[in-house]
Formats: sequence, C-alpha cells, structure tokens
Amino acid sequence: MAKSILNARKSMGINASSMADIAFLLLIFFLVTATILQDKGILVQLPVWQEDSIIDTGKVKKRNLFIVKLNANDNLMVRGKVTKVEDLKEQAKAFIWNPLQDEALSETPAKAIISLQHDRSTSYEKYIQVYNELKAAYSELWTELSMQLYGIPYDEGMELAMKREIRREIPFIISEAEPTDFEQEKF
Amino acid sequence: MSKFSKKNGKATPAISTASLPDIIFMLLFFFMVATVMRDSSLKINVATPDATELTKIKDKSLVNNIYIGRPTTQYQNLYGTSPMLQLNDKLVSKGNVENEIPLFLEKHKLKVPEGRHGAITSSLKVDGDVTMGIVQDLKTALRKSGQLKINYSARQRSEG
Repeated sequence: MAKSILNARKSMGINASSMADIAFLLLIFFLVTATILQDKGILVQLPVWQEDSIIDTGKVKKRNLFIVKLNANDNLMVRGKVTKVEDLKEQAKAFIWNPLQDEALSETPAKAIISLQHDRSTSYEKYIQVYNELKAAYSELWTELSMQLYGIPYDEGMELAMKREIRREIPFIISEAEPTDFEQEKF
Repeated sequence: MSKFSKKNGKATPAISTASLPDIIFMLLFFFMVATVMRDSSLKINVATPDATELTKIKDKSLVNNIYIGRPTTQYQNLYGTSPMLQLNDKLVSKGNVENEIPLFLEKHKLKVPEGRHGAITSSLKVDGDVTMGIVQDLKTALRKSGQLKINYSARQRSEG
C-alpha cells in the first residue's frame, strides 16, 4: 500500500523533454520565413528629369526604331502591327541583333532603340509583362554574345570588364515616352 | 548478484535537459524580435505581377518600399476604392504624390550613410490591377526628386 503511494508521487512531474522539440519547430519556422521574404524585381534606371524631355525621333532612322505601343485596352502593337505578348521577345531579338542585315531592322545593336509607349489606362500587369519580354530579349542576346566571346553565360555578377564589353556591344536602350491620356482611368 | 548492484550505484545520473527548452525559447524570442517581417502593415491590397527577368535586392537598408493598390475593405469607407500609395504608414492619394514623395525619400535618406545615397533603390510594389496613370505620376515624382534607381517588385513566374 505504502509502496503504491510512493510510486504515484514519483510520476507527478510533467515530462518536459518534448518541449525542446516544440521550441525547435517554432525556431525553424521563424528562421525559414525570415529568409523567404526576399525582395525581387525588375531593376530599372529612370532617366534624369528634364522640363522639356522630348526625344526627337525625327533624327533616328526609322529602321533603328522599334515602337511598342500599349493602348488603354491592353492591346499591343509593335511597329504598326497588332502582336501577341508571346511573340514580342522573338521580334525584339530579331530587331536588335539583325544577323542577316535586313534593311527593315536595326543597323547595329548599339543603334537599336526600343520605344515603349503606353496609356494612362494601361494596366500595370500588362506593362510589366511587356517590359519583362523586352528585358528578356536583351538578356538572351547578352547570353548569346557572352557564350560566343567568353564561353560563359551572361550574369550580373560576372567580371566587370566582360560585362562592360557585352553592354557596349548591345546596350540596353528603352525609351519611354510620356503616356497618352485617351480616356478616364478605370477605377 | 553483487556485481549488478555495484554498477547501479556507480552509474552517473543523466544530464538534465530541463533547461534546454529555455535556451531554445531564448533563441526563438531573439529571432522573433530580430526578423522584421514587414516594416508597416499594409492598408491596401498588393498582389505584384509575375515576371521572369528578376534581380534580387541585396541590401535591405538601402531600399525604400512604395506600395500602390486599392484600400482593403477595412479602409474603404475612409479612403474609397481608387488606387492609392502607401508610404510607411500613410496612405497618399494621387493628387498628393508630388508633395509626399520628396519628404518620404528624405526621411529614408537620414537612415542611410551619406556615401551610399547613390545606391538607394526604390522598390515599387504595385498591384497588377492598377492602371499606369498613378504609377506614371509616381515615376515622375521620383525623377523630379532625383531618385532614379527603381525596382518593379514582382514574383518569379514558374516556367511552363
């Protein structure tokens, strides 16, 4: 009788050994969530503000100009033709690089100018899609050139001299005109 | 028989792990306090669009975040449903963008050492449904204030 009471008293304490495991789980959860929230995005360098920033497109030869227009209904027009976003990258690449020296496409990649025009009612999502395609066209060309010259893919972290050489050959020129304002913004 | 009893007597007691949870909890609290999940709670809905050509932003102290989106249902009575900017905790309507942006940028610059002011990036976290008008106003305001490095925040699009 006395023995059983003693046994019962001995097992009174709560087993705390699993507490560490629970705490570990929480700790790992916070560690993981803290690193996941890394900001990613499309880096853009804006032009310096000028009061009368009108680009004189008259001086640029027509063949060197690649006009991309986005209207208020998110329709895409490239060089006067309605185009799908999926085809934009290939067209832009062909325009910039122009390996066959087509008379209608750019003289050299350094002279190629992409002009992006949009409306105030264009949706942001569409604009980012188009910008992304144009950037993808350039980065694919940079990779191709980099493979040709150095045998390694183009990368933001590569040696500065190589990067500069590639960027000198194919500079990233996107000119953004002031947006048109054809209709009331959709709210 | 005596051998067994001898062994029992000699056995060293197991190391007490009772303090382990406390140590882990201390670590946990440290990380909970140290990780800044988001500097301000969002009063607007922001679902950034998908893209593929993304660059990671490395130094978080050199980044100021500008959010654009429609107010959440909680704030719609107060601010309406048209897209607005959020700078830190403040909601800014389209008309006030020109005045508020320079102030916001200067406030952030105070926290950054002077030599690194050129490396400051503005991260634009814009809802995909917003029209370009308000974004354009913001870009104009940023250009006028000399803040030229911007980042259109986007999520990685899974291929295929």
